[in-house]
Formats: sequence, structure tokens, C-alpha cells
Amino acid sequence: MSGAAAVDAGVRTLVVRCPDWPLTALGVGPLQPALVLASGRVVATTPAAREAGVARGQRLREAQFRCPEVRVLERDDSREARRFEVVAAALEDVTPWLEAWRPGSCAFGVRGPVRLSGGEVNLVGRTARLVVAALDDLVGSSAGHPGCGIGVADGRFAAGLAAGAADASVVDGGGAVVVPPGGVPAFLAPLPVAVLGRPALVDVLVRLGLDTLGAFAALPAGDVVARFGAEGRDAHRLASGMDGRPPDPRPVPPDLEVSVAFDPPVERVDQVAFAARSLSEALHGRLSDRGLACTLVLIEAETEHGERLARRWRDEGVLGPGAVADRVRWQLEGWLHGPPATRPTSGITRLVLVPDEVVPATGRQQGFWGGASAADERAARACTRVEGLVGPGSVRVPEWRGGRDPGECLALVPFVRRDGDGPGHPSRVVAAGADGPPWPGALPGPLPAAVHVDPATVEVRDAAGRMVVVDGRGVLSAPPHLLLSPPAPGGSAATGAGDRVVAWAGPWPLDERWWDPRRRRRCARLQVVAADGTARLVVLEGGVWRVAATYD
Amino acid sequence: MAAPHRFPASLLAEPDPFDDLAEEERAEPGAEPSRPRSVPTVGEVASWTRPTVLAVERALPVLPALAGLFPGGLRRGITIGISGVGARSLAIAMMVRATATGSWIAVVGDPDLGLAAAAGQGLAMERLVVVEAPDPTGWGPVVATLVGAFDLVMVAPRHRVGAVDARRLAARCRERGSVLFHLGAGPWPDRLDLRLVVGAATWTGPDAGHGRLWSRRAGVTASGRGMESTGRRTELLLPGPDGMTGGA
Repeated sequence: MSGAAAVDAGVRTLVVRCPDWPLTALGVGPLQPALVLASGRVVATTPAAREAGVARGQRLREAQFRCPEVRVLERDDSREARRFEVVAAALEDVTPWLEAWRPGSCAFGVRGPVRLSGGEVNLVGRTARLVVAALDDLVGSSAGHPGCGIGVADGRFAAGLAAGAADASVVDGGGAVVVPPGGVPAFLAPLPVAVLGRPALVDVLVRLGLDTLGAFAALPAGDVVARFGAEGRDAHRLASGMDGRPPDPRPVPPDLEVSVAFDPPVERVDQVAFAARSLSEALHGRLSDRGLACTLVLIEAETEHGERLARRWRDEGVLGPGAVADRVRWQLEGWLHGPPATRPTSGITRLVLVPDEVVPATGRQQGFWGGASAADERAARACTRVEGLVGPGSVRVPEWRGGRDPGECLALVPFVRRDGDGPGHPSRVVAAGADGPPWPGALPGPLPAAVHVDPATVEVRDAAGRMVVVDGRGVLSAPPHLLLSPPAPGGSAATGAGDRVVAWAGPWPLDERWWDPRRRRRCARLQVVAADGTARLVVLEGGVWRVAATYD
Repeated sequence: MAAPHRFPASLLAEPDPFDDLAEEERAEPGAEPSRPRSVPTVGEVASWTRPTVLAVERALPVLPALAGLFPGGLRRGITIGISGVGARSLAIAMMVRATATGSWIAVVGDPDLGLAAAAGQGLAMERLVVVEAPDPTGWGPVVATLVGAFDLVMVAPRHRVGAVDARRLAARCRERGSVLFHLGAGPWPDRLDLRLVVGAATWTGPDAGHGRLWSRRAGVTASGRGMESTGRRTELLLPGPDGMTGGA
């Protein structure tokens, strides 16, 4: 194995990772307990919050339960990108071949810059100093950011992990882990397979008892391909310290570059981003006509006064049209709204996208049973589009919450498309609550098909015309006889007839959250069927009956 | 120099929601093909080799209880209006089987829809998307976008729908094979292919305070043009004693 690894070992790479970047970008230091929230889930936390038990992926409620004083911030993608551009620009002193991965991390090949710096140790030190200086400038003090982690190893995967492992507080806020040449397999061996970032595969591996990369890498490559296919092969190569994909010596075909000219020059990022969307679709079309996909794209913008900003963006998955358009927006946000020293002096006249590294598009096998089908992808695309037309948060999907009222069992949460262009969607929706905990006191089924958002008040009268009430023991004062809608605000007296009650069931009293004075709820629910066959759920709360739902 | 405003006019325009119709329907007759026909792209080859659509696939499956109304399943590409008390339950019942086989539902502008009831009737909730009611001017494009991508689209407009919007939606349904449900008694400016009215219902279960709502028997009358179910009247259990829709 060692012979093969030596041949196939990845390019020696240095990765810079700024931990908790979403928080640093928002100006929150590591000592403050804070978290960043995106679509209801925690996506980043400060070390102080982590100590209190807040972790990524938690809901806000759970995080606040563990750390009540935590500061909650909303995610701001463009700000993250804008501020990271400062760091990336500082690193251009070291190398022009910088690859940005996403806001908060970037990488470059070590081979060239190491000669200029005189050794890897010096290169790492210089990079750390530059990044920390840029961060100090950005937030104004050295206590306001957690520094950066630097990893050097053969291959991007190992270097990225090394950067993550580098404790950010070792040297001047810049910690580093340097994996010696050839030492990648030994470095990776004890790490858990979860770092491969392929949840479905990792799940199977763990159940097979292969919980470290070393154990996985020890399997014969042929067996892994036979069992797990191309995805397994890539993961196995990564685990053995090689590049994810076998190297492809073919050069990129030259005519794949796409560009657009702006006349008159455009000054606003959203206008460029809109054009970038169709431009990246054109690029994607050209690539897929040749059966290729792009993993590294060069985005180049030029202004009227001849200023240029070019940056390479890499994504180990494949960069789809949406992902490329996002990166154009990030890059230009950083440039156009950056510090005055680097900001361009005029509008953008030209935008070029060059695919710098292409791989054969293996395509996605569309789901046969399970997985994403073509219909799922179409639906996800339409959701994104409608959200663009109506506004953020307008497209929602149900999520199981549980509860005693028909209206609170399932909550609607904003639709979230997974990062990039993946099949995405809403598989996060949890459907049946059959396996959830029971809700004693819940309304018996069948449940009403119309739950009124704004329940109308109604008067429930008995045969003698008196208002029906429920006493403290949950007993009705008299059988309900008539449902009367209250008179319209302008009208004089209650309008005649009302709905005669022909059948009724209940009441079911409900006394919820009696420990919480603000959210306590005490009510009684009654099913009534009117003479015309309409069944309603009426609720008595605070002395007022309301039609909470209709069995529509 | 090229003419001013060359770029923004073409690229900054909002995309037309109808622009994903088939390529040949939009191309001008005299337009030159962009590349010699002799070299097909991968995309073109994929479109040639796509399997033929069978007649069975032109219909969405329905519950056995509804086979009386829809003998061959729910025909794709039609517009359906449902009114009467029980309309929501009937609409959900018509979608249950289709969602189980992978069709998606979009509900536009019906904040009252009881999601728990839908889940109770067996709707695949992971394929349900609820869209807030857009303002009346944006309503048409939003629904058109959804009709292109979702097999089932349910709308309950609170405003007067324009005749142009309604006609375009009907045409788009036919073209894309989606089914549009219009809920409620409100007027629909175009002729609906099928109109279902849920008639008087009788509930069993409650008995002067004892028991609970158990099952509803309701008559459903169908009318419309060119549909096999026109003029039929069926008794349905909406829902039956087991919580599912059953035949009476």
C-alpha cells in the first residue's frame, strides 16, 4: 500500500481555517457565549457557548436551555464573504494561487511559496502572521477573534483535517499541524470515519465495525469498489491518504470559458449576481454537453478602470450553477464593499468564469426506491424559485412537533435547500408522529381538516337560550342546542336562526403548561354537529366560545 | 462600442414563469440551430432515449374508494374544483395515493388547512409544500411555477383570479400533466374540467355528549366536460371509522 500511496499522494497543500467564522464575521469574540442560527438550527458557536453544551445542529430552544445567556445571531452570508475577502487578499502576498473553499477557509499549494519563504516552518509562520494581522485589523483587537488553524499535508483532505485539528491558540493565535511528507496515512488512521462527510456511507461503515479511517483504509480497494461503488472508491482513496479522485492527465478543453460584458458598467452586486446565475448555467450546460463537471472555478471580474480581481473557488463536491453563482456573489461582495484601499474605483464591465479543474461527471443515479427522484429535484427547484418571487420564508414544509391540539401537531418551517445544487429539499420533513411520545388529552381522531387561523367567536346556547358553560370539573351546564354567530359590529341584535345542534360530544377539558404563567392554557373542547351536517370543534377559553376548527 | 443597455435588457429581466416549456415551442421558425445537427450533445441524446410515456402514466393513482369516481385513476393535466363542506377532506383523499407514489403537492394560500388531518388521512407529508398567498398580481406566476413542477397543486384564492391567469394555468396543466385543485365556492373564471360538490353529510359517533365524531357519510356529485365521471354521484365515507376515506 505504501508504494501506491507514494505514487498517488496528493499535492502538498497548506490550508488556512478560521474557526467559527460566521461569528468572527459578525464581530463576536470567542469569550462571549453566542451562536449563529440559520433556518432554526445552530450552525456555529463560540468556544464559550460550546463549553456550556451548545452544539451545531441543535434547535434554538435546546441551545438556550443549555446556555440561557447565549447571544443569538442570524446568519449573514454576504457579511461572512465580505470580511473573508480581507483575509484572502492578505494571503496574496504569499501566493497568487490561492483557492478559496468557502468563507472561512482557503488553501494553496506549498511547492512554490515554500522556496520563497525558505522552508515550511517559515511559510507556516508567515501565513499565520499575515492572517492574524488581517483578522486583528478586521475586528480591531486580538481578543476579538479565535485566530486561525493551519494544516500542511500531502493532499487537500488531510491538510483540511490538519487545519481543523490545529489548536488555534498555540502560537500567537495561529496554531499549526504539519504532517510530514508520507505521513498522511499514519495521521489519518486514528480519525473517526465521520470526517469523510458522507453520512450514508459512514453509517454503514460504523455498523460494519470500521470506525476509524485506518480500519477502512486497510480493506482491499477492489473489495471496497465492489461493495460501495464509485463513492466508496473515492472515500477509500481519501482514507488511504490519496487524492479523492484518480488523477486525470487531460488538460481542460480551452473553449469552456464563458464571459459576459456589462455595458454600461454595473455597480451593484445583486445585478452582477443575477447575470452570474445565467452565466454559470451556460457554463454548466457546456460542461455537461461534454460529460464534465467542474470542481475548481476561476471567477474573474474586471472594472472600467482596468482593475481585476480573480479568485479560485474549489468545492470537493461538484460546483453546480447555483454554487458558482453564490461564489460570484461572495467574491464581489468582498471586493465592492471591502476596505477603501482595495475597493475598485468604478463599475464592473466584465465577468469571466473559467473552469480550472474538471472531472468526468459521473452524474447522479436518480432514486429508484428512496433517494432523490427527478420529481423531488423539480419540486426543490420550483420552491427556490417561488421563494424568490414571493419572498423569503414564504415557502414552508411541515415538521412534526406533537401536541394536544390539531393545529399544533405539525408546524410549518421554512423550506431550506441544502447547500449548493444537491437534490436538496425537504426530506427533513418528519412525517408520522406514530413513534413519538404520546400526548394524553389530545383530541381523538379523525382530526378536523380545517383549523382556523383566526377563530371566530360563537355563542353556544342551551334549549332555554342560556349560554352553555363548563364547570371546574369539566361538566356542561346544559346540553348545547344552538350555535349563534355574534352580531356583526354594525348590526343591531343577534341575527335570528343560528345553527341548531343535532349531535354533540365532549367536552374534553385541557389544562396545559400550568407551571408557566405566561403560556398556561385552560380550555374545554366540544364537538358539535349542526343540522346541515357540518361538524365543528368549539373551544371555551376565558369564558368565550370560539370555532377553532371545522371538519371540512 | 456596442449599443448601450445591451446587457441589462437581456439578462436582468425577471424570468418568465412559462419559459421552461419545450424548446421547440419557443424557438422562432426561422432561427438558425446553434450547432450543426450532426454532432448531438449529451443532453440531446438523453432526450432521444427517454422512455415513451404510457397511457397509464397519464393518470395518477387514487384510493380504491374513489375508483367509482375515477375508474382509471386521476387523469393528469385537468383542473378540478371542489366545493361544499368536506372539500378539504375530499381533496386530500384524492391526493393520498399519488403522494405515496412520489408525487409532490403544493398548497397555495390556504392557511386553514389542517395538516394533522392530512397526515391522519395518510398523506405523505414529506412531499407537501405550503406556500403563503402571494399578492393578487403575483399569484398567477407563482402558481404557474408550481404547476410546472408539482404533480398536484391546490389553490384557495382569496381574490378574484383573472381570466387570463386561469386560462394559462389550465393550458400549463395540460402541457405539464399536473392537476390543479381549486378549493372553495369562490368563482373560477375559466371552465373547470371537473367540478365536485360534497353534499349533505351525516355524522355517526356523537350521542348526546357520549362518544365522539367517528365517521361521516357524504354524497359527492361530479359534473364537468368530457370526463368519464361526469354526472356520477357517489357516497363516500369521509372519513370512515378507521380514519381513512372509504366507499359507502
